Amino acid sequence: MKKYINSGNIDTRSGFGAGMDELGKTHENVVALCADLTGSLKLNDFEKNHPERFFQTGIAEANMMGMAAGMTIGGKIPYATTFANFATGRVYDQIRQSIAYSNKNVKICASHAGLTLGEDGATHQILEDLGLMKMLPGMTVINTCDYNQTKAATIAIADHDGPVYLRFGRPSVANFTEKDGKFEIGKAVHLLEGSDVTIVATGHLVWEAIKAAEELNENGISAEVINIHTIKPLDDEAILNSVKKTRCIVTCEEHNYLGGLGESVARVLATNDPAPQEFVATQDTFGESGTPAELMEKYGLNTKSIVAAVNKVLTRK
Amino acid sequence: MPNTKQLEDFVSQVRRDIVRQVHGVNSGHPGGSLGCAEFFVALYQEVMKRKDGFDMDGKDEDLFFLSNGHISPVFYSVLARSGYFPVAELNTYRKIDSRVQGHPTTHEGLPGIRIASGSLGQGMSVALGAAQTKKLNGDPNLVYSLHGDGELQEGQNWEAIMYASANNIDNLISTVDLNGQQIDGTTDHVLNMGSIRAKFEAFGWEVLDVEKGNDMNAVLAGLKEAKSLTGKGKPVCILLHTIMGNGVDFMMGTHAWHGKAPNDEQLESALTQNPETLGDY
Repeated sequence: MKKYINSGNIDTRSGFGAGMDELGKTHENVVALCADLTGSLKLNDFEKNHPERFFQTGIAEANMMGMAAGMTIGGKIPYATTFANFATGRVYDQIRQSIAYSNKNVKICASHAGLTLGEDGATHQILEDLGLMKMLPGMTVINTCDYNQTKAATIAIADHDGPVYLRFGRPSVANFTEKDGKFEIGKAVHLLEGSDVTIVATGHLVWEAIKAAEELNENGISAEVINIHTIKPLDDEAILNSVKKTRCIVTCEEHNYLGGLGESVARVLATNDPAPQEFVATQDTFGESGTPAELMEKYGLNTKSIVAAVNKVLTRK
Repeated sequence: MPNTKQLEDFVSQVRRDIVRQVHGVNSGHPGGSLGCAEFFVALYQEVMKRKDGFDMDGKDEDLFFLSNGHISPVFYSVLARSGYFPVAELNTYRKIDSRVQGHPTTHEGLPGIRIASGSLGQGMSVALGAAQTKKLNGDPNLVYSLHGDGELQEGQNWEAIMYASANNIDNLISTVDLNGQQIDGTTDHVLNMGSIRAKFEAFGWEVLDVEKGNDMNAVLAGLKEAKSLTGKGKPVCILLHTIMGNGVDFMMGTHAWHGKAPNDEQLESALTQNPETLGDY
């Protein structure tokens, strides 16, 4: 079984900040907008090194999204940044009309997504953003799993013409994907080969899925693990090819089971090759205050939950 | 350069286009469209620096953004008659498989449109984003935008208004169509905003009133003055006092024709009041 090494815990948002700083050097049309969360988004280096291309909008996210749309006119590539809650739900209509329907080349970059925001609690822990964004026609939706992948995705989306939602998080998590690896939008990454069950995971749950597969392997269960960093467009082929072999699937995401990765996978299977599926996701609930680890345990989003979901789905084959 | 009489003749044709578009599909918004006919004609025929043809980036030319997208009939008429798309296409307004959608959009690729609008209150943010990019690009041309007065009840406007002055966006001229009407009645009745001038001034804008917003010479003079105020560190606001439904007597000064189409008889009356000058589509 292939081994993945954690090169050291670090937050995915720092990967975003590093990607932005690099883009500042390589892409002169990239501009960054931020609604009073520069430090939280790790944009300090970009602001320092490219002050003329950094736009502080104040606590005014609706205006930030509209400005980002306007800034594309004349060739800029705006990265509009804030917490995931304020980058989606708060400004849905602005994104829908001024960015998505108008097909503007805006990159909406959202940190502090999901439960792992932790102690701030449910007001800030959005678990609905993937659903909101994937429902918008033309919107590309990406949820990266670690520092390296977030950095790579941040850079890659600059060369993609069209609106993108890039989701990442606050806590320090394992960094295990290839340093400076290639990021292909819409292309799933096969992490582990297996034959008994397919586990597809996105965001912070990818590392948990690898750990789950290791544990299952010790019990004689062979799990295939696929990192779905792009929720939309979804890599249907990767999912179908794997399920053809394993005949069952577990989907894992730090998001409501309504509207997230799991439902997208269920649609692909239902319309092509129906197979039993279990959802590791929040169960149509808001979050609460707590440490990230406590919350992931309480809401069933960790290695233990994935192992339990695999054991359940295997009985349904 | 067209003289005032030619511009007024242009307006007459635009008014015909407005009521004919709306009558043709028995839907749309004639009132606000008619009230802004002089403004649009002045802007596109006289004031704005425009390149031939259309490209989305609009470098080296002035840009215009319509925030209150429901007055699309006047926008479409003036765009078509300024050469952005065939005038005959006005006949497809609000019909299936058309580029001339109910509210303006880039989605079907209609030349002249750079942003979708309709859900209110978003246009000023877009305009100042475009103005910011012009500054980054070293492009000295201006950005114009138009907003309804009722539309200022949307909070996003005030985020944008605050940003524009704080960041010295002085290549932006935002015009407010001050017709005092919105769907449910007068703006004072629905949600009294007090002095809009005082509000813009308090937010650090340069403000000028055009008291006769349906008088071509007054509109031209106001736009010229506004241009002279750009480049001085402040965004510029024109308060354009208009009469909703202007030019069609039974539509004038009432919110009743905000979003209602004339019947055959009313259309005939409206057309009689506004002679054909450039040829109907």
